[in-house]
Amino acid sequence: MSTDLPVLTPKDFTSDQDVRWCPRCGDYSILAQMKKVLPTLGIPREKFVFVSGIGCSSRFPYYVNTYGFHSIHGRAPAIATAIKMARRDMQVWVITGDGDALSIGGNHLLHVIRRNVDLKVILFNNQIYGLTKGQYSPTSPLGKKTKSTPMGSVDHPANPLSVVLGCEATFVARSVDVDIKHLTYVLERAAHHKGTAFVEIYQDCNVFNTGAFEFATDKATKSNNVIYLEHGKPLIFADGKKGIRINEASRPEVVNLDGTIKEDDLLFHDEKLTEPSLAFTLARMRHPEFPEPMGIFRAVEKTTYDEVCDDQIKAAVAAKGPGDLNELLNRGDTWMVS
Amino acid sequence: MSAVIDNAPAGKRRESVETVVVRFCGDSGDGMQLVGTQMTNSSAAFGNDVCTFPDFPAEIRAPVGTLAGVSGFQLCFSNHDIFTPGDEVDTLVAMNPAALRANVGDLKRGGTLIVNEDNFGKQDVAKANYTQNPLETDVISAFRVHKVPMTRLTRDAVAGLGLSTKEADRCKNFFSLGLVYWLYERDMKVTEDYLKHQFAKKPEILEANLRALRAGYNYGFSTESFTVHYQVDPAKLPAGKYRKMTGNEATAIGLVAAAKLAGRSLYFAGYPITPASDILHELSTHKNFGIRTFQAEDEIAACAAAVGAAYAGELAVTASSGPGICLKGEAMGLGVMTELPLVIIDVQRGGPSTGLPTKTEQADLLLAMFGRNGESPMPVIAAASPGDCFYMVQEAMRIAVEFMTPVLFLTDGYIANGAEPWRIPDLSELHKIEVKHPTAVNSEKGYLPYLRDPEKRARPWARIGTPGLEHRIGGLEKSDGTGHINYSPPNHEHMVRTRAKKVANIANYIPEQTVIGPDSGDLLVLSWGGTYGAVRSATRDAQEAGKSVAHAHLRYLNPFPKNLGEMLKRYEKVLIPELNMGQLLTLIRYKFLVDARGLNKIKGKPFLVSEVAAALDTILTQPLSELPTHLSTGAGRSEDLGEAGG
Repeated sequence: MSTDLPVLTPKDFTSDQDVRWCPRCGDYSILAQMKKVLPTLGIPREKFVFVSGIGCSSRFPYYVNTYGFHSIHGRAPAIATAIKMARRDMQVWVITGDGDALSIGGNHLLHVIRRNVDLKVILFNNQIYGLTKGQYSPTSPLGKKTKSTPMGSVDHPANPLSVVLGCEATFVARSVDVDIKHLTYVLERAAHHKGTAFVEIYQDCNVFNTGAFEFATDKATKSNNVIYLEHGKPLIFADGKKGIRINEASRPEVVNLDGTIKEDDLLFHDEKLTEPSLAFTLARMRHPEFPEPMGIFRAVEKTTYDEVCDDQIKAAVAAKGPGDLNELLNRGDTWMVS
Repeated sequence: MSAVIDNAPAGKRRESVETVVVRFCGDSGDGMQLVGTQMTNSSAAFGNDVCTFPDFPAEIRAPVGTLAGVSGFQLCFSNHDIFTPGDEVDTLVAMNPAALRANVGDLKRGGTLIVNEDNFGKQDVAKANYTQNPLETDVISAFRVHKVPMTRLTRDAVAGLGLSTKEADRCKNFFSLGLVYWLYERDMKVTEDYLKHQFAKKPEILEANLRALRAGYNYGFSTESFTVHYQVDPAKLPAGKYRKMTGNEATAIGLVAAAKLAGRSLYFAGYPITPASDILHELSTHKNFGIRTFQAEDEIAACAAAVGAAYAGELAVTASSGPGICLKGEAMGLGVMTELPLVIIDVQRGGPSTGLPTKTEQADLLLAMFGRNGESPMPVIAAASPGDCFYMVQEAMRIAVEFMTPVLFLTDGYIANGAEPWRIPDLSELHKIEVKHPTAVNSEKGYLPYLRDPEKRARPWARIGTPGLEHRIGGLEKSDGTGHINYSPPNHEHMVRTRAKKVANIANYIPEQTVIGPDSGDLLVLSWGGTYGAVRSATRDAQEAGKSVAHAHLRYLNPFPKNLGEMLKRYEKVLIPELNMGQLLTLIRYKFLVDARGLNKIKGKPFLVSEVAAALDTILTQPLSELPTHLSTGAGRSEDLGEAGG
């Protein structure tokens, strides 16, 4: 069946609501890139639904002119799972933050990912609770001084990508709010993935935690601090001067491409490895010891929860025929009273 | 009442009786629930009215032979309509000393006691905290006692089949069942068919159980110990085709029916919890009806998923028991705020906290009414009996869809696990729920998700995916009509009152309250939920004794039927029996300023008819000024405050 879809533009995805994030919040850029990506997917506007939890990022659905549900703290993955199970014709996006996904909603994140429900989960990581005005979050670094940790946070932070790789996520990616081209690419790739696509976006909260990701955004230092992953290519950064190789202890190390070490000696990225160890190794490369990888860490295929649920229904209908209510009511031992 | 009607072969006397109560009890691994269910099925299929009370411990396998591990199954069968599983037991089958100890107090004086004497060794006796073998003491002196070496006889019966001793001993429950089948002239065919189906692939186990069953039957027939057996004629129930139904089954099948008749698909999300899990189990076997079941990661996710499914346009349901309902509270509030239709089922059990997971209670009524943050009104309805769950869960769905609201449907452990004969309705008797999803915008300004129906005050239910109706909803306060976020003070008050009025207005769309008995008089007994049977029996007896007593049983708890307040004032006194500290009583007193009194039992067990009857006598004979607000049932006969009570 071919239907001519109307050509959509970012404007078609702009809702009638005033955007109310703080001026210069990183969320604006993410919203803009999302509205760029959506019209390119060949999906009618009414077939998108955005589901969010609670937090600054979770206001996102109000600003996109599709179906949208601003729900309760941490529960968006559960709500989105049901929507996708019931309506496989919809493309479902979950918008969440570091507190929403990893603290109050940690349990739901774990399960949506292990089930591989066909959803896109976009985690805006700003390492702070913004909406409640500046408490430390599960991704805040140890020692972080905030309103609730005047002497410094005593929590070891969670690494979002390690968490989701531990749940065998089938698509894992990272980008940065202001890295417009890269972010667009990552969102596109997530949109096309079948299964749970998890994207962490480093997002600047310029009011309560500004500069948290400066190492990855400052033009002067960025090339030394960030490494762009490309499938099938060696890991090179610092304008081609440095690379990553796996040393004799099976750990990654930064090497200078000074002639003695060649590209072939470097670690080559393979996003399609069934075994998630490489992706896990990459996820654990943190600044300042390493440049932090950006891009697609892992993109593998696995059956999705919603499709197998559907298959079971089809199999049950094939085996038993479509449900017959009268037969169901009359099932088992019955007797007549006259 | 019994009468000698003839002399059966082997010189056995046969008596005809109207109503019989049998209880099987033993270790939780002894298969007592299974044989109880079998006897229920056989009696129902024979045409008796039946009512059951399975009573099992929270521990799956408590240490063998201890009081903590005692599991019991009581059934009452009769030649007329009955409403409860009976107060006193006529025949008690006790497989070990612990089972005897936990249950003998409920056996009628002169009743029949059948024990497996092979399990009354020194250690068995000690495990039940008896200092002496009870079979040699006064414990059993008031009864007709049959000490049957069931273990040995079962082993003998299955000898030669190559079974291990353990496998052979596992058949002794069917020996006990065979014996009771003889005692009450039950046809064994239903059970034989069950075994043939169950063990089709294990011929030696099938043969062993059949042999054990027949050995038990023959033991009754041929031994001199049993000199009399009994006959209970079929009951005269309303004409029709019947099957046995438990409350959880009825709830599940009612949901299937609601969806099928509405031509919609059903989405059920749950998390395993006693005593609600059977609803999830049952629904997951009906995938060919297009039903999607989701075993969520927790109770919160289950309710959140139901909210999501409702947004997606499904008939959405979640079920749990008290502890799970607490966890669902926030997501229910989201359902209230976003005005989405879903049904939340609470199969109540004893609380607080983990409480009594396998025992019944009615103590979640106020939780259902008020257990969410903010002004968060929700319709609450409750089923009266196992079979009633079939109809009331459909009614819950009807209200949810018609008024765009979450609805709480209350049952309890007693009716969820209890069984009764259920007249199978013709499909034409069932009401079809009309589901309407708009396909076009509803105003000049486009689609307004909160533009209300002027009469029912329900908002439209646009299915996601519908072109042109894209809209956003959420948990923040909003403007009526547009649904846009709006925190203004007058708007919040307006919206709170709008949501409350919508729910209150449902009173115009539910049946008025009826009474059984006089329209006015000395006493109205007002009950709700699973206590229907005991209250109905007690009030009927009182009416037959010429007392001025009426009975009203509430199925609609929020809103109340609109004639209720006026009805309450037509009686001198009002008694509200409940398995809690007086929760409906609280609502009735505050809402109608009626000096109603409560009869309250909090033992994890249903009311006995005699307990309600005693309270009726008390309130009828004494002036209100001399009565407390809450009457109690006192200590039961077989109950003590023992630490290891079954």
